[in-house]
Amino acid sequence: MSTEARPLIIGSSPHIRVRQSVPDIMFHVCLALVPVVVFSVWTFGISALLLIMTTVIACVATEHVSCRIAGKATTIGDWSVTVTGLILGLTLPPATPLWMAVLGSIFGVAITKSLFGGLGYNCFNPALVGRAFLQIAFPITLTTWTPPNLVGRFASVLPSTLTMPFMRSDGEALQAYVQRALEAGGVDGWSGATPLSLWKFSETPQFEELPRLFMGSIAGSAGETATWLIILGGAYLIVRNMMNWRIPVGMLLSAFLLSGAFWLSDKSAYPSPMFMLFSGGLMFGAVFMASDMVASPMTTSGVWIYGFFIGIVTVVIRIFGALPEGVMFAILLGNAVSPLITSATQPRTYGLVRQKNG
Amino acid sequence: MSALIIAGAVMLVLGLLLAAMLAAANKKLYVYEDPRIDEVEAQLPAANCGACGFAGCRAFAEAVIRGEATPGQCTASSAEIVESIAEYLGVDAGVGEKHVARLACAGGDDVAKRFAHYEGRYSCRAASLVAGGGKHCTFGCIGYGDCVEVCPFDALHLNEHLIPVVDEDKCTACGNCVTECPKNLFSIQPISNKLWVACATRLRGRDAKQACAVACIGCGLCAKAAPEAVSMDGNLPVVDYDKNEFAVRDAIEVCPSGAICWLEDGERIIGEKAQKALDKWFNPPPKKEKPAPEVAETSEVSG
Amino acid sequence: MRTYTNSFPHGVHPPDCKYTADQAIEDLPLPSEVSILLSQHIGAPAKAIVKRRDEVMRGEPVAEAVGFVSVPMHSPIAGTVTKVDYVLNPQGLMSQAVQIKLDPDADQEEIYGTPRDVASLSQDELISAVQATGTVGLGGAAFPTHVKMKPPADKPVNTIIVNGCECEPYLTTDFRVMVEDAEKIITGIQLVMDAMKAKEAIIAIENNKPEALDIMEKAIPEGAPISVRSLVTKYPQGAEKMLTRAVLHRDVPSGGLPSDIGVGCFNVATLLQLGQLLPQGRGLIERVITVSGGGVERPGNYRIPLGTSIRYIMEQVGIRPEARKIISGGPMMGMSLSSQDIPLTKGMSGLLVLTEEEMRDGCGTVYPCIKCARCVDACPIFLNPSLLGLLARKGRYEEMAEEHHLNDCFECGCCTYVCPSNIPLVQYFRIAKAMNREKEAAK
Repeated sequence: MSTEARPLIIGSSPHIRVRQSVPDIMFHVCLALVPVVVFSVWTFGISALLLIMTTVIACVATEHVSCRIAGKATTIGDWSVTVTGLILGLTLPPATPLWMAVLGSIFGVAITKSLFGGLGYNCFNPALVGRAFLQIAFPITLTTWTPPNLVGRFASVLPSTLTMPFMRSDGEALQAYVQRALEAGGVDGWSGATPLSLWKFSETPQFEELPRLFMGSIAGSAGETATWLIILGGAYLIVRNMMNWRIPVGMLLSAFLLSGAFWLSDKSAYPSPMFMLFSGGLMFGAVFMASDMVASPMTTSGVWIYGFFIGIVTVVIRIFGALPEGVMFAILLGNAVSPLITSATQPRTYGLVRQKNG
Repeated sequence: MSALIIAGAVMLVLGLLLAAMLAAANKKLYVYEDPRIDEVEAQLPAANCGACGFAGCRAFAEAVIRGEATPGQCTASSAEIVESIAEYLGVDAGVGEKHVARLACAGGDDVAKRFAHYEGRYSCRAASLVAGGGKHCTFGCIGYGDCVEVCPFDALHLNEHLIPVVDEDKCTACGNCVTECPKNLFSIQPISNKLWVACATRLRGRDAKQACAVACIGCGLCAKAAPEAVSMDGNLPVVDYDKNEFAVRDAIEVCPSGAICWLEDGERIIGEKAQKALDKWFNPPPKKEKPAPEVAETSEVSG
Repeated sequence: MRTYTNSFPHGVHPPDCKYTADQAIEDLPLPSEVSILLSQHIGAPAKAIVKRRDEVMRGEPVAEAVGFVSVPMHSPIAGTVTKVDYVLNPQGLMSQAVQIKLDPDADQEEIYGTPRDVASLSQDELISAVQATGTVGLGGAAFPTHVKMKPPADKPVNTIIVNGCECEPYLTTDFRVMVEDAEKIITGIQLVMDAMKAKEAIIAIENNKPEALDIMEKAIPEGAPISVRSLVTKYPQGAEKMLTRAVLHRDVPSGGLPSDIGVGCFNVATLLQLGQLLPQGRGLIERVITVSGGGVERPGNYRIPLGTSIRYIMEQVGIRPEARKIISGGPMMGMSLSSQDIPLTKGMSGLLVLTEEEMRDGCGTVYPCIKCARCVDACPIFLNPSLLGLLARKGRYEEMAEEHHLNDCFECGCCTYVCPSNIPLVQYFRIAKAMNREKEAAK
């Protein structure tokens, strides 16, 4: 019997593992985002496709180059940077010039992720930091929206998409283009606003109808409009145990409760809680951004606190802040406090009496 | 414009105020420190290796100035630096004999079998906790180079058979490798201790030989060849370095395996008899059946 | 916090893989030689009382206990002592063992020991009788049973938990002994209850073994203060700390023993041996192990003399060429063995022979921790393995023990099992503990 043909393998216990690795998780997040991407391209046309492709390629390239500079093996194979690229692209307005998208990608990945040590060491969600950077650097462009389902969206790109780097993007050309396309489609009158800004900045608050919010035929960032697809993607990830369901649930629940309280106090001034949930980036943020494992707390109770915190901050910014949308900053704030939440909510170790100062 | 002037003035006043406070604090809280400490510390290698027995180079500098240590106790400094410190302080250099780290194992992958393949974190410490590391000789060097990692002076390198080799010129006897080795194979020895038992096995005879070609088989011939200096403890010879003058090279010439060796300028010299036995082990005569599969297996394992 | 009925919070659900559950326990033919390691248990190694060329009977003591926390060893075969020398042990180190060669002419039926009336023994006599049997915890920890039976005088044990959980995948020995020898287990339970003056005993069995639940229930004599408790299947339920929480909803204090809260935990196989050996006045000479895994031709449950070499067992059950890893114990906490020359010890509850296919999960690329918190949700002790792993990588071992309760970790492997980054957390913790112990010893 040739039992000694090959040496036995020795290793540390446990000798079996769950068959789900980091690349698996990241890949499935990408999969969950695919329907959102497809819908985005369908509603906003070829510009959205170019935008998302640009952020993905720019993010992957940035990570690759950073790894090379740091003298490490490249880590683009773990799919995490692809997720970053997809999310960044989907959170930008469809008319964002591509050079800005590249800039945001480089900033997000290089500064927030690679400088901190790569995957797992970033304290903020890189895609969100990239977007926050763009929002602060180019506030006008980042709040210039285009209407959905424009005629000819597959035939030509939006005029702003291909502007030269650091040139003032021609707002009038974009407006004229949108106007022409709207007329061609037989629609007149377009306020150039998302449902959220319509509510917030109109003299008499206007509330978009819920079904349209839910199905996504509204203006907004490339990927945040199709609420139903986002929920579908989230459900997929939850079923596959690749996402902590408590984060989106906690976040949506707290946003629902707080905005519900406001709504009950004055139904004409404040939008209904359902409007809050389905408008803007709340759903996308809750499902795909706040649930980023790296930047969220690690304890079960901590995760609930984190979700509630982000939900409340979002609603507070939306109602009292200068911006119509608060999801991005709310999540970044949540990321900032998450290590604190983790250490504060560390459960009692088995067999130990809880110490007074924790 | 006036706002600018006011702001500037406020900053100026604030700056002056704080500067004054700092100056006052510096006077009030000043602690006298021997300036020579800094001078001596500047000359030391700043490796904080701990070979001198003090907690870092500064602590050593303080001890030297207090007269509790001699400059020569810093084994990491070159002779010139030690001399220069001694001259600066006007004390005796107190240079002792150079000490180096020595490994009580010579079983590289060429001679010692690995019979199990370790998978996991690549470190001796980790491997030693998993079924001993997988080497047939469970007493010997695992060869994953934890000692190389902790050597602050780049004096340890793994050779092609995964055995650490001490660069005696660079070694300062800091002792990091001694504490790091999970099999406790390193020790610090004066460089004049040349007769060296490069084996730690507790097995004897065939059992030892099966695990490693250069294992001590506990025959005790060396103890007979140099009876004044070498004695047997269990199966292993022990060299009594207090009687170093009796530790003669005769001992290595009688050794059948080369476990007891002579270390000269970092070279490991084994006796002729042992060399012949080893050559035979590497290239067994074709007629004999027994050793052949053993060698084939070894090469497969180590490759 | 949620109250958990009949289980404990956290933990994992590895696939059962109990392929050998229906295989009745089978005796292997006696091996031609055995090596009795002198240290198969926790505590002081036994001291050999035989020398080369001594003739021994089957079941005759060959080594005596040294001190209280130690047990004697008995020869599992009748034969001649060939030598007392170093032998490779399951930890992969050399340690002393008595090697005995089977005497083909000797009587292998007759077993050393005289029957006695256990009921007449006093408490202390009973405990020394247990020590004389050489019984240790057969679940895997190999802690001497008589030591457990003698808790400090100020901590009387009221409740005995009989551990029939067998939460490790693959293993089926406890299940088989419960199904086949329920009466003797009950005898063992009653003996231990007498010796410890315990008021009740609870037999804890996971609900994936309904047959065992049934049979044990029926075996309990009328009116005896023994009950059977069905627990929700989960790993690591068989650990003492988890078991007390699952059964009694109470925590064993950190760094303490179950006796600190008036509980004693015993494995069913251990109690079976006591129930068998004590009345006969014999010593522990064999144990039941599960041999399973894809690398074995005839997986099953076998009763094998202690000291039999793994190689002999593998020859008997047939090892396939694709076998790559032999594990002593279960796949979650078991030790991988470096050689087939290692002898069977009292603490081996199973031998798993895994193929490349089965263990591929165990070795993958290590990715950085993505803080997914699965380890935090799996740790039954409520530690933060992710943080501990990070500290271990930085070598901050003392901080791990002092501030993050490293020493409460009992290396169940849940964190490593669920880690998507393949970080060898348990290995890090073992290194950290070893380093801390070394530092402690150096002081």
